[in-house]
Amino acid sequence: MSAPAPASASPPDGRRASLQRRSAFGANLADRAFRWGTLAFGASVIALIGFLAAQLVRASHPALKQFGWSFITSAAWDPVHGAFGVLFAIYGTVVTSLLALAFAVPVGLGAALFLAELSPRWLRQPVSFLIELLAAVPSIVYGLWGIFVLVPAIRPVEAWLQARFGFIPLFQGAPYGIGMLAAALVLSVMVLPYITAMSREVLQAVPAAQREAAYALGATRWETIRGPVLRSARSGIVGAVILALGRAVGETMAVTMVIGNRAEIPTSLFSPAYTLASLIANEFAEATGELHISALVGAALVLLVLTIAINAIARLLIWRVTGGVRVAA
Amino acid sequence: MTSPLARYRPLPRRTRRLLANGLMWAGTTLCAAAALVPLGFLLYYVAAQGLPAINLAFFTHLPAPVGEPGGGMANAIVGTLILIGLASLLGLPVGILGGIYLAEFGGNRLGGAIRFSADVLSGVPSIVIGIFVYALVVVPMHRFSALAGGVALGIMMIPTVMRTSEELIRLVPTSLREAALALGATHPRTVFKVVLLAARAGVITGVLLAIARIAGETAPLLFTAFGSGLWSTQLDQPIASLPVQVFTYAISPYQDWQAQAWAGALVLVTIVLILSAAARYATRGRMRTVI
Repeated sequence: MSAPAPASASPPDGRRASLQRRSAFGANLADRAFRWGTLAFGASVIALIGFLAAQLVRASHPALKQFGWSFITSAAWDPVHGAFGVLFAIYGTVVTSLLALAFAVPVGLGAALFLAELSPRWLRQPVSFLIELLAAVPSIVYGLWGIFVLVPAIRPVEAWLQARFGFIPLFQGAPYGIGMLAAALVLSVMVLPYITAMSREVLQAVPAAQREAAYALGATRWETIRGPVLRSARSGIVGAVILALGRAVGETMAVTMVIGNRAEIPTSLFSPAYTLASLIANEFAEATGELHISALVGAALVLLVLTIAINAIARLLIWRVTGGVRVAA
Repeated sequence: MTSPLARYRPLPRRTRRLLANGLMWAGTTLCAAAALVPLGFLLYYVAAQGLPAINLAFFTHLPAPVGEPGGGMANAIVGTLILIGLASLLGLPVGILGGIYLAEFGGNRLGGAIRFSADVLSGVPSIVIGIFVYALVVVPMHRFSALAGGVALGIMMIPTVMRTSEELIRLVPTSLREAALALGATHPRTVFKVVLLAARAGVITGVLLAIARIAGETAPLLFTAFGSGLWSTQLDQPIASLPVQVFTYAISPYQDWQAQAWAGALVLVTIVLILSAAARYATRGRMRTVI
């Protein structure tokens, strides 16, 4: 009764496995040198991340030792008197990034749904390409556009908001244009292509059988998307959004140019502020004194830890849906 | 006496479902259109502001002192090319050979760890890489240098090149490898003479994407290559680059300089868009999205 089990679930991978065995155990020196040589280059990425973290820890040691936890719980940043706490920059980073996501996620996700599910086939490629071009535009160009086009354009909007809703603390303060709102708007345009491209990937990875089953039960297109498609793609889409968050958190030049760079925790969205990245970009070149420099490296360390955590979570979520490791190990 | 609530009759179920469907169709279409608007705005302004400031002098002259009209960014353009060359010297070998490892032997747990690290490295903010290279190269050398800038950009190239190379080397049919091996070729010979040749369009794509990514980077150069208003082609000296020059001019209060910043931005955008379009065209339909 025993039916012969298939030798290998997927022939190409099975065959590749036999190739690997040959080179691993073959007596051939060239084969082994090849394997270990390329491994050295591949593994250098792991070493690089460890080395990067170690260097930052070493260079930020003076500041971290002197201030301890108050380095991240205090917002007193005073290079003249030697007091350094980066809470204000963490606050600015978190607020601008989350605000950017609030603007970008609905539009980006809607565009991804359109491209993956509803768009006519001929429109799909060109529109995806154009949206993804946004990701290729250099940060400095966004900054230039932000200073000279966006900031003057939102000044009247801010004034209007203040006239109508000025009783809310978020909309108080001088509506100069430059500030957290401008930074969040620039960031939202910059992360939009990431949200759209990654969500589209994830949506397209949902098996067609899921959709066909829903259609066969008489579901409309939207019901099919809302039900089986979004349910399978959910964790991947969350991953895409978190990945976009990682980009927003680390974005430097465009934010530095429009956020106004002031070391305090503002309540108003119109106020100038700092992000971790803009703090480093703005002060590092002019930093004098060992403590100031090491405090700025400490800010870089905080930023590194933040982005590594965000990226690790995002990648794991996306891999779970699209299967990033596609070799049957 | 019927209250308004009692008179309320819901729409027929079918109408409601079709209405929801239509609304969502319209909504997502609008979103896709809205996502295209910023690109239009951005390209329009860069072209409208940049084109009038572009002339031959922009490509052949050094920056003019404040108040003097004219001048160009010749040194910054050459500097950017030098920096890209240096970065490629570091980023391409590591990226391509690492990609070969992942495609040929990367099915194990170590391969997964490398893949994961590469993805995480590509998410490390460029300013952090700048600080890292500052501590690694600039501090021991006691000065900013083109070399340091090249190292920073090279590190940023590695993940992109590695992951795209892997993906496209993996697409080479196994039968090609088997044919080479059957002829008695060793594994390295098979990879370098047969597999890489078959995957060359893909590998070139990865290289183009990586160069497009680093060509416009400013943050990692601020504290490594620094910048310069003079001709400099020496690798152990600070060197000008297009993005840093655009930044310096953009935040300056002088109108001449701001106009030049737009011109520089136009040149940058043109280079980067051509590179990414070429990369996508080379592997159209064969590769998953790589940003």
